[in-house]
Order: sequence, then structure tokens, then C-alpha cells
Amino acid sequence: MTTPLLEVWNLCASYGRAQVLFDLTFRLHQGEVLALVGRNGAGKTTTLKAIMGLVSASAKQATFKGKSLAGLPTYKIARLGLGYVPEDRRIFTDLTVEENLETGRRPAPAGRSPWTPERLFRLFPNLAEMRGRRGNQMSGGEQQMLTIARTLMGNPDAILLDEPSEGIAPVIVQMMAEAIRAMKAEGVAVLLSEQNWAFAAGISDRACVIERGEIRFQGSMDELMADEALRAETLGV
Amino acid sequence: MDPAFLAVQALSGLSSASSLFITACGLTIVFGVTRIVNFAHGSLYMIGAYTAATLVPRLLELSFGPVTFWAGILASALIVGVIGVIIEVLLLRRIYGAPELFQLLATFGVVLVVQDLVVQVFGPQDILGPRAPGLRAPVEILGRRFPSYELVLIAAGPIVLGLVWLLLRKTRFGVLVRAATQDRDMVASLGVNQALLFTGTLFLGAFLAGLGGALQIPRVSANTGMDLSIIAEAFVVTVVGGMGSVPGAFLAALIIGQLQAFGILIFPKSTLVVVFLLMAVVLAIRPYGFFGRAEVIGGTHAVGIASRTPLPGRSLILLVVVAILAAFPLVADAYLLKVATEILIFALFAFSLQLLIGVGGIVSFGHAAFFGLGAYGAALAVKWYGVSMEAALPLGLALAALGAALVGAFVVRLSGIYLAMMTLAAAQILYAVAFQWVEVTGGDNGIVGVWPSPWAGGPVPYYLLTAALTVVTVLLLKRIIDAPFGYSLRAARDSEARAEAIGLKVRQHRWLAFTIAGAAAGLAGGIYAFSRGSVDPSLLGISTSVDALTMLLLGGIQTVMGPLVGAAVLHALRDWIMPLTSLWRLLLGLSIIAMVLIFPRGLVGTVRDRWEARA
Repeated sequence: MTTPLLEVWNLCASYGRAQVLFDLTFRLHQGEVLALVGRNGAGKTTTLKAIMGLVSASAKQATFKGKSLAGLPTYKIARLGLGYVPEDRRIFTDLTVEENLETGRRPAPAGRSPWTPERLFRLFPNLAEMRGRRGNQMSGGEQQMLTIARTLMGNPDAILLDEPSEGIAPVIVQMMAEAIRAMKAEGVAVLLSEQNWAFAAGISDRACVIERGEIRFQGSMDELMADEALRAETLGV
Repeated sequence: MDPAFLAVQALSGLSSASSLFITACGLTIVFGVTRIVNFAHGSLYMIGAYTAATLVPRLLELSFGPVTFWAGILASALIVGVIGVIIEVLLLRRIYGAPELFQLLATFGVVLVVQDLVVQVFGPQDILGPRAPGLRAPVEILGRRFPSYELVLIAAGPIVLGLVWLLLRKTRFGVLVRAATQDRDMVASLGVNQALLFTGTLFLGAFLAGLGGALQIPRVSANTGMDLSIIAEAFVVTVVGGMGSVPGAFLAALIIGQLQAFGILIFPKSTLVVVFLLMAVVLAIRPYGFFGRAEVIGGTHAVGIASRTPLPGRSLILLVVVAILAAFPLVADAYLLKVATEILIFALFAFSLQLLIGVGGIVSFGHAAFFGLGAYGAALAVKWYGVSMEAALPLGLALAALGAALVGAFVVRLSGIYLAMMTLAAAQILYAVAFQWVEVTGGDNGIVGVWPSPWAGGPVPYYLLTAALTVVTVLLLKRIIDAPFGYSLRAARDSEARAEAIGLKVRQHRWLAFTIAGAAAGLAGGIYAFSRGSVDPSLLGISTSVDALTMLLLGGIQTVMGPLVGAAVLHALRDWIMPLTSLWRLLLGLSIIAMVLIFPRGLVGTVRDRWEARA
């Protein structure tokens, strides 16, 4: 097996005195889609935030492309090539679509063709029609596309994608799935946190089932598909 | 009226609007990105004026001409920009996540430090700058002479607006600044080094403050009062325009410039009042100014007292305290009694503020308004109606309660920084009235001859009276804090939405708390008036409000009894150290900054944490 792109071991995190993550250990390889699935409140979002340094992890041991992430400020983690798409989208609503893309722009690593607004507009045709529009005049689905496009402008090697299907129309969920496949085709790895089982099952290679801050299952999507008892118990599907 | 006169008046309104805008623009940009209301912005303006008034004449000696003059102005602004960077790196960077109250106090600490440093560096005398070469002759407008430098200033405002607009709209720095204004964490997640962005923003803000100050040198001499007078006006401009909005600041500056230019014709003495009344009216109609918006990110960061297991033997402690207070005159001389009387008065004043801040989360920056109203109410009753102390004290209290009820009605609609600014404005309006309505209030001289009734005259009886009133009022307020009403206030402090969702009338509760706190502060003010025999406008000033806040901070905002300890310590330190040094403000400012950075929980809070950690 190739060396992992992102490696996390024994990740613990707390909000105040309440510990919410217990010794999470997993790996993300180049060009793969790994789904973190689990019920609401299981700790999926916190896992992504802890990797980005947005919540302080009590025992963070994580490496990205072989470099330790422990103690690094968020912006340095992002500069290593780790993109983050938060669940509440967090578009800059005062900025236009093009300006939002500008905030994410970072140079591409040598030898890779960088994402440009034009390429992203081909991936998300809806955005092309509203380049000058401000974020506060966009629908939830359009904002979701913009937030992914904004992160891609940083030419990341991997993206932490939090609940991309939440609260958006089914037709746009389809577009999200296609966008994730397109990223994967570019070699970008995706760590997906998702409650929408059908969506996650359709695009992921492997899955981690998280329950109350602990990993209950880790393996290929096919294995999880086959284990109906575990799915019923941990996911209710 | 003569049209030429009106035209000249309008033009001078425009030129002061320009100056005001250039300074306020920097304040609003810094607030937009860092969410810090930088009290020290006025100090940067003052440094700009002093630097230019010192630097430009030297440069003009080397090479006389307009180019040298304007290069000197720009160089001064650049120097101030660098000072802004130093302040950001040393202080602001450490308090971006701190509660607003701490941010305001820490930057006010910088104001105090700069006041003493400016005197040390530039000397105590005012410095008159040179006039601008090439702009010395006045121009004629409709037959009236008008200084040509003012015309340049009128143009400077829109030029700065245009350049700032280009910077914010057309550069990557501007896009990132506007993005960070909205969501700092997200900007960091996209790989942007916030520290650099914030430092850059502070440079820009301080540069604009310095430019605003430097441009003043041909008009007014650099003086040590510039910082607080400009910061008050700049606050009004940014709040009226909407915090963080540059076009809003421009519009507000234009309106205020004209209000001042023409207001002076209608009410010759009321310029200050007119400006702050404008702010009160705008905030009453649009709580976030012309182009401002409700705070989405971060919330109000309320800090305050939390529930604790009561200390064992509380009644015993109370008895001991009362006994010590009662026995104090047996051992103390007249001077010590006078100090103790003042400490008790300020303890009561600070405790009334604790009801607002610690319990209600209502960060008032103008609590001196009600202290002063109580003092003036009592003094005016004595002076104009000849009433006795027994009647004057309740009258002062009533006036303060009435004032607080009125101000509170406006204030409880607001939150966070707008609330702090509104209370500050209220206090400044009252200050202006006390200062400018000379016939009634005696203006700057105040009112003298406010003496207690014969039975309470003399150090010992007056001390005992003060102690009795303070103890009774503090116990009453403590009872209020521990009652369901106090719990409701704390619930609303921690989450307004949840408190409302369980059926609490948050605004009504806050209004009542504001009125009660105002009444208690008024009582303290009344007692203070009789203890000194006089009142003057400084009782209503910003520094009196900040004194109370410092006492709270010193004692510990998260403790009920902290303000009492804070009042005692601050007052004792002041009495002890102030006669020894001419750098009292520097020391006080540094202490405030140090407390915010190192001891944010205050004396009582820190001691209790230690004690609980051991238990």
C-alpha cells in the first residue's frame, strides 16, 4: 500500500470538560474518498475541525504528506495542501462569487495545472452565470458549490468536506456527487463527513463508522454495505 | 441670512467633515477586521499631530516648499502607522478573543500611557505647526475670505475615500480584509495568515489616524486634549455610519460636519450635545447605524458572575466587616477617614456597575452619567432650592434613576459594542450639558457649598453615614442579584435568545436593572457631592466611568464582592502613588493592560480560584 496522504492516530478532543472524540485512528490515501458516517452528534464535524486546528485536540497526532500537524496554526495546515469545506458553508456574503474565489487562491504545487475560476465554472456551470453576484443573494445549493470551488482554488491535495448534501435540493446533491468524482479524478483525496447514507455510499471508497466519538467500523464501502446488522445499529439504515 | 456667510459656514463644515472622516475611517476599518474598538485611535491621531508639528518645520528649514510640507505630513502618518503596528503586535494580538469589555479597557490603558509619553517626548506645551507653503493666502468666496488650506482639506476626504475604496475593492489585500471582516476562522482555513492581515490592517488604520492628526497642524496646535476629543467624535461617526462601514463613516462625517457648522449658529453652546443627540436618535431608529449590521459572529462574549457554593459563615464575615467599619473612627485620623469615606462611595458606585456588567452583561461605558446625575441632582437642589441634605440625597437618587430609566429605554435595544458606545454617548451628552449650561450648572467651575446637615458634618459622622448607606445599599443590591430577578438577568446575559424562549421579558428586565443600577450610582454620587462640598463636570466624564470599570476589573468581574475590593485597592494605590510620580497615568494604563493580559479574573477571582483549587 502507498504511504497515506493524511494519517491520524489517537485523536482526542474535548469541548470544555466533555470529551467528544476518543482515540480516532484512520488514514486517507491519495485520490480516495473516505466517508466518516454516523449519527448526528457522533463527532464527525469535530474530527474535521480538530484536524484543521479549529478546535483544540487534546492529543493530536496527525501527519499530512509526512509533516506533523500538531501545534500548527490553521492557516499553515491549509497551506500544506489541506482544504476545508465547513458544514455551514460560510460563504463571504458581502463578497461576489469571483471575490470569494479569490480569497481561496493559492499557488499550485509544481507540475500541477492550477484550478482557475474558468475551470471551476465548467465544473459548476451555475456559478458561471453569477460571477458578479454577492454571496447573500445565492441559494443554499449555489453557496455549497461556491464553498467547494473556493477551497479548490487553493489547489489542495486533500479536502475535508463537511456535510455537503445537507439542506440542498436533490438535483444539486447530484451535482455535488459529480463534483466529488471530478476532484477524485484529479487526484484530490476527500475526507467526507456525511449523514446522508445514500449519498455517501454512492461516492466513497471506504468508510469509518463513528459512534459517540469512537470508531466502530473501518473498512471498504462494500464491506459496510454487506453488514446490515452494523448499519442498522449504528446508522439506522 | 447672508448667502455668502451660509456658503462659508457650509464649506467649513465640509472641511471638518473631511478631517473627521479620515480619522474615523481608520477606526472603522480596524473595527471591521479585528472587532476591537480601539480607544487608542485618538491617541494615534494626537501622535500624528505632534509628530507633524515637530517634524514638518525641521524639514521646511532644509528645503522650503509645498513638496516638503506634504512629504512631511505623509512621513508623520507613516510613523504613526508603524506605532500602530507595534501596538498590534504587543497588545491587540493577544486580546482578539477577549471579551469586549477587556478590549475596551486595554486600549483605554494605551490612551493613558500615550498621554504621559507624549508629554515626556514632546513637552507639556502646545505646539503650533507651520502653515502650508503655497496655501497661505485666503481665497474669496462670494466676497468672503476663506482659508485656502481648508479647500485642500475638503478635497482630501473624498480622495481618501476613493483610495480606500480602491484598496478594499480592487486588491487581494482588500478582498481578504473584507472576508476577514465577516469570518476570520474561514479565512484562516483558506490558508491566509491572519496575523499578517491584522497587522496590515492596523498599519492602515493607524496611518489614517496619523494622517488625520498631521493634517490638522496648520489649523490647530497639537495639544494633550486632542486624543479624547477626537475619539469621542470618531466613535460617533463610526457608530452612526455603522461599525465597519467606510461609506457609512463618510456620510456620518458629512452630516456631523454640517450639524456642527450650523448648530453653532442656532445653539451657540450646544455643539457637543447636538453631535451626541444625533447618535442617540440614529441608534434609536437604526440600532446598527446607517450601514451597519447586527453582530453575527462571536456574540457579546459576556463575562460575569457565576453561581458558587456560598462561603461558610457568611453572616459572621458580614458582622466582622460591619464591626470593623464601625470601629474604624476609633483608630483613624481625619485624613484616613476621608480616604475611607471616598473608598466606600466608590465601592458603592462600582458595585452598582457590577449589577449591570457582571449580572446583566450590559457593558456600560458611561456609568459615570448616573454618578454625576446623583451628585448634580443633590447639588442643584441645595443651590437652587436650599433643601437640606436629607432631602437632597433622595432627590439626587431620583434624578439619577430617572436619567437611567430614560437612557435605559434606548440602551436595552442594543447589544455589544453599540451598547457600550450608546452609554458612552449618554454620559458625554450629560457631561456637555454640565459643562456648557453655565447659568444653571456653573460650567467648568461646578457648584460649591454643598455641605451636609450639621448633625452629619465632620469626618466621623459623615464617614459613619456613608458606611451605613453603602452597607445597606450593597446588601439590597446583593439581595436583588440573588433573587429570581438576578437569575433572569444572568440567563439573558448568557443567552438572550434562550432566555426569551423560556418567556423572560429580557428588555424589560434589563431596563429595570439599568434603572436600579443608575439609582444606586446616583446615591453614591450624592454622598460624594456632600463629602467634598462641591461638584464639577469631571464626575460625568469618561475617566470616571473608566475608574469604575477598572475597579471592577481589578477586583474581578466574575465575583460579587470583587468591585468592593477593587475600589479599595485602586483608591488606596492612587492616594499613595499619585503624589510620588508625575507618571500616574502611565502606571495606571500599564496596570490596566497587565491586568487584562495576566489577571483577567481580578484579585478576588484569582484568590478564590487558588483557594478552590486547593480545596
